[in-house]
Amino acid sequence: MSLVDSPAPHKPGLEPTSETTARKGNISVRLRSSLQQLLAFGSLIVLVIFFGIMNSRFLLPTNLSDILLSTVVIGLLALGATFVIITGGIDLSVGTGMSLCSVMTGVVLSYLGLPLWMGVVGGILMGTVIGAINGFFISFLRIPPFIATLAMMLVAQGMALVVSGTKPIYFTSTPGFSNLALGKPIVGLVVPNAVFIFFAAAILAGIVMSKTLIGRYTFSIGSNEEATALSGINVRSWKLWIYTVAGAFTGLAGVIIAARLNSAQPGQGLGYELQAIAAVVIGGTSLAGGKGSIVGTVIGALIMSVLTNGLRIISVPQEWQNVAIGVVILVAVYLDMLRRKETAQ
Amino acid sequence: MSKSIYNRRSFLTLTGVALGAVAIAGCDTPAAAPGAAATAPGAKPYIAIVSKGFQHQFWQAVKQGAEKAAAEFNVTITFEGPNTEADVDQQIQMLTTALGKNPAAIGFAALDSKAATPLLEQAKSKNIPIIAFDSGVDSDIPVGTASTDNKAAAGEAAKHLAGLIGNEGSIAIICHDQTSKSGVDRRDGFKDWIAANAPKIKIVDIQYAGGDQLKSTDAAKAIIAAHPELKGMYGTNEGSAIGVVNAVNELGLKDKLAIVGFDSGKAQLDAIRGGVMAGAITQNPVGIGYETVKAAVAAINKQPVKKVINTGFYWYDAKNIDSEQIKPNLYQ
Repeated sequence: MSLVDSPAPHKPGLEPTSETTARKGNISVRLRSSLQQLLAFGSLIVLVIFFGIMNSRFLLPTNLSDILLSTVVIGLLALGATFVIITGGIDLSVGTGMSLCSVMTGVVLSYLGLPLWMGVVGGILMGTVIGAINGFFISFLRIPPFIATLAMMLVAQGMALVVSGTKPIYFTSTPGFSNLALGKPIVGLVVPNAVFIFFAAAILAGIVMSKTLIGRYTFSIGSNEEATALSGINVRSWKLWIYTVAGAFTGLAGVIIAARLNSAQPGQGLGYELQAIAAVVIGGTSLAGGKGSIVGTVIGALIMSVLTNGLRIISVPQEWQNVAIGVVILVAVYLDMLRRKETAQ
Repeated sequence: MSKSIYNRRSFLTLTGVALGAVAIAGCDTPAAAPGAAATAPGAKPYIAIVSKGFQHQFWQAVKQGAEKAAAEFNVTITFEGPNTEADVDQQIQMLTTALGKNPAAIGFAALDSKAATPLLEQAKSKNIPIIAFDSGVDSDIPVGTASTDNKAAAGEAAKHLAGLIGNEGSIAIICHDQTSKSGVDRRDGFKDWIAANAPKIKIVDIQYAGGDQLKSTDAAKAIIAAHPELKGMYGTNEGSAIGVVNAVNELGLKDKLAIVGFDSGKAQLDAIRGGVMAGAITQNPVGIGYETVKAAVAAINKQPVKKVINTGFYWYDAKNIDSEQIKPNLYQ
């Protein structure tokens, strides 16, 4: 649980508070943040139990593994989005950006015929490039994140179609590629590679968030950008780095979705960014910035996929599935606000 | 926002191309701008085609057919469509722009017929004939509709799936859309056939996944998890059918679940050749594009146009996939 208490120690001591109140504040923040994750985790367990009672087939190992697998793509996008949202920004380009990264992997593997690892690196690099461009426009040219990433959303969508010639790219010349997502690493266990990759990426994201300067400044910029800048930190270049790191996760998501579908689908991805943002928000990260966690995002993404799968298993019509997920987002955010108001008083 | 950027750009390109054509052709084409072409005597009539999509290969095949007819009947066409089949707004914007160019006729495949009604009425008042194609337009305004009879085609899919599972047992449907006419017809045509001809078959679930391969895969897996007795599945378009194929592959259920699909595409052809999918219905996309332009030309020349122009469909499976009759209608 080392990831859980990550935000607390770095809650910036930039505000002019005395040492004692700062320490007190730290304890309450730490308590609050673990309480919040406990609550999110509790809701996840309640949902699992609920669907298990409604239809016992929900709890079959193959179905639980399917839920984990269906969490992966949105989950990876949400990991990157967590960084961006904690800085107080937003990234609308992750969905179509992901498709562009898939296409890039396709170009490297199927058009250029290079070895598998280069395809993976190519996809992730494409993601970092997208992220760096976003970061550059946002921090150096001062374009609001919403606008900059909206523009990137369109650019990425268009480029994915242009580069692929509007056709899906298949990985027929790289036979082992789909194993990257669907291979089963542990004999006798149904859980596929993609799930392990997702959790490894989440742990990595947690470490970056809690143990590195990038993570520290992510929170610092999000809670008070001006104060951070005044304390001598180069906010602009750190923001560029934060968006670049976020882009790497988009790239990884692009590689994984391509591996799972054994094809790069250039027309895909639009709308995925909203699901990723929803996962982040359900996980307790504040859209106002300065507050959030990777563990929360993982739980948020799991809640989304448990809901989608569970509602399907109990045969709730599609229309109502969307309504249910919308309501969950509202409730999650409202509870979070209530809790914050309480601690503020 | 995306729409206006897109449209302005495509309009500018179009104008640019038209101006270029004027420069090259000199006095041969006094009115090369497409908007004016309709009214200038002796110039090629201009037909604006607004499709439901653009990047998908199906639409590229429709475009190919339309271009073939355009060359044959000596008309100019433009062909555009929204990024995804959910972008109703974007399509309406495209139709608005097309109308603004004052074409001789419009080819239109509605994402949402109701949303397009005011524009269709505007076209009618300007005496611009509308030819509907693909899923068509739910209105009296179009002079004709060139489309696949989706209900009959879905019935054919149902007939084959019923045969594959011995006319009894549970089946499920992954559908691409619950509001568009093609989604509804492909679902209901299937359901109606089962209800009328195979009463021992039960459709246990229908899920909608927007034709997105990943979402269709997850939806199909959830249905399979909830219904272990399932004997067959039907996907109503390429993305939906591939989703079912992915689900069956990921769960290792090949040979245990019969799959029938709709449309083609490389992954679907591979699945049929490899025996994961029993077969699928293909439309005749090249024919749809061709017939749309042909009907538009007839309407421009005040000739009669058939209200429903059936462009046909075919069932294909591992046996006839490479036959002369089927091959031209499949795309990779």
